[in-house]
Amino acid sequence: MSALPVAPPAASVETEPGPLAVARTVASRIATTCLVELQKLRHDRTELVTRAIQPALWLLVFGQVFTRIRAIPTGSTPYLDFLAPGILAQSALFIAIFYGIQIIWERDAGVLAKLLVTPTPRIALVGAKAFAAGVRAVAQAVVVLVLALVLGVHLATNPLKIILLVVALLLGSAFFCCLSITIAGLVLSRDRLMGIGQAITMPLFFASNALYPVQLMPGWLQVINHVNPLSYEVDALRGLLVGTSARLLLDFGVLLASAAVMIAVASALLPRLARG
Amino acid sequence: MTPALRCVGLRQKFGDTVAVDGLDLEVERGEVFGLLGPNGAGKTTTIRMITTLLPAPPGAIQVMGRDVARQRTAVRRLIGYVPQQLSADGTLTGRENVALFARLYDVPRAARAAQVAAVLDAMDLTEVADRPSKTYSGGMVRRLELAQALVSAPQLLILDEPTVGLDPVARDGVWDRIASIRAATGMTVLVTTHAMQEADEHCERVALMHRGRIRAQGSPGELKDALGPDATLDDVFRHHTGNALTGDNENGGMRDVRAARRTARRVG
Ligand SMILES: Nc1ncnc2c1ncn2[C@@H]1O[C@H](COP(=O)(O)OP(=O)(O)O)[C@@H](O)[C@H]1O
Ligand SMILES: [Mg+2]
Repeated sequence: MSALPVAPPAASVETEPGPLAVARTVASRIATTCLVELQKLRHDRTELVTRAIQPALWLLVFGQVFTRIRAIPTGSTPYLDFLAPGILAQSALFIAIFYGIQIIWERDAGVLAKLLVTPTPRIALVGAKAFAAGVRAVAQAVVVLVLALVLGVHLATNPLKIILLVVALLLGSAFFCCLSITIAGLVLSRDRLMGIGQAITMPLFFASNALYPVQLMPGWLQVINHVNPLSYEVDALRGLLVGTSARLLLDFGVLLASAAVMIAVASALLPRLARG
Repeated sequence: MTPALRCVGLRQKFGDTVAVDGLDLEVERGEVFGLLGPNGAGKTTTIRMITTLLPAPPGAIQVMGRDVARQRTAVRRLIGYVPQQLSADGTLTGRENVALFARLYDVPRAARAAQVAAVLDAMDLTEVADRPSKTYSGGMVRRLELAQALVSAPQLLILDEPTVGLDPVARDGVWDRIASIRAATGMTVLVTTHAMQEADEHCERVALMHRGRIRAQGSPGELKDALGPDATLDDVFRHHTGNALTGDNENGGMRDVRAARRTARRVG
């Protein structure tokens, strides 16, 4: 038997970590989770493909048909170009919402307990999950974007815009991932979460500007659209990718603030999830 | 020297259920200590309090002299924990599973790869280390979890029902590893089980737990001798609780049955 690591005589840190140490741990845990997420993707590449089927159908069927019949007025932008960023945001949304279901599974399987027993602040665990959702969303986005290119969508290739696109996807995914973890922390059971998840993802999607311009919506829907972070994500993605006029500053401000608030809320509910 | 673990008057309620009801416990440094009791006795709840998963009031629990309520992060660094369920990530390889915990415990980068390899080797998993852990047998997953818990070189290793759901050979394998870990590192091991026979064979000291309380404590030999020449630990348990090992708290039983089913499903 090779030598097992033996502990130093005393624990190296005796006092509770201050804000600086917590920040360092958050960064380190995010890096770790990111790595693990990529490892998982490498082991299971089929998931990238199966998860691409739904966005592919939206682009191929819905996008092509509505481009041809010109039912949705999108000005000088072809409807398919208008739609592609919306589908990108949708696929990221579906991935992120899945994380709440995953965390309940992790609770039932003992994985969450093991993670919570490590010297990791709750906020680092949740932040890492949020970032992991973003990493998955970006990986998925590559697939969707390649598909969009094949279908002849004119996409921006400016590196700065691509970086901003990644940031928008990370922030949006962080928000929806933590929303889903928050609901998981409230309902505590997988069945109830599945029900609620289905009951909110589709409305979030349809009550956004993903499929049609805001101007076409009835007044009440426009109101919902204005408080729906998905709309800001779509607006940013669309502005960056196909060059429609977008309020980028507002979009990023809303995405950043809502992600931060949701991470805090989800972290506060994590102990409840572990206790249940 | 302070004991490895000291619990004083632990209590935990879930709604109307009193899961832990004034539990006192002391585990000496370097021993393999068994917390014994039927399903629903409150073993897992006790473990969850010690591991900071459930809140405990200041002064109630000390690990290596550090208060669990006040020095939570320090205590977490001292503990290695293997929960009752088989909880490795099936999509990751064995090595990736262990490396993840090395990172989560801030094992320095320079030492990481060697430390991961060492614990995998100690648990006889080197040959399968680069296979996804979903291809492992139940016994191998348990050993992988031991490796995960050991990679941070903890001082107190806490195992919740480590042999539940395993076949006899795998069970012996786990107990053998626990013994060799202790021999190699002098680590303190706290293990729960409802299998009296296993505890009798493998623990130096045991505490018998029933309905949230410790009913008897000592080495298996002492406890049995006090009762008579041919007594088993089962007899000792019945003597102190007036109960057979089966048919304790039905609720606890159900929770465990569900957990065991899930485990069985994962193990295939
Ligand atoms: N999260 C929980 N919510 C409600 N009741 C619980 C919870 N965890 C444990 N219990 C109850 O507490 C008692 C002790 O359970 P547990 O600590 O799991 O026992 P053991 O591990 O010895 O089988 C049981 O009656 C069980 O049903
Ligand atoms: Mg238990």
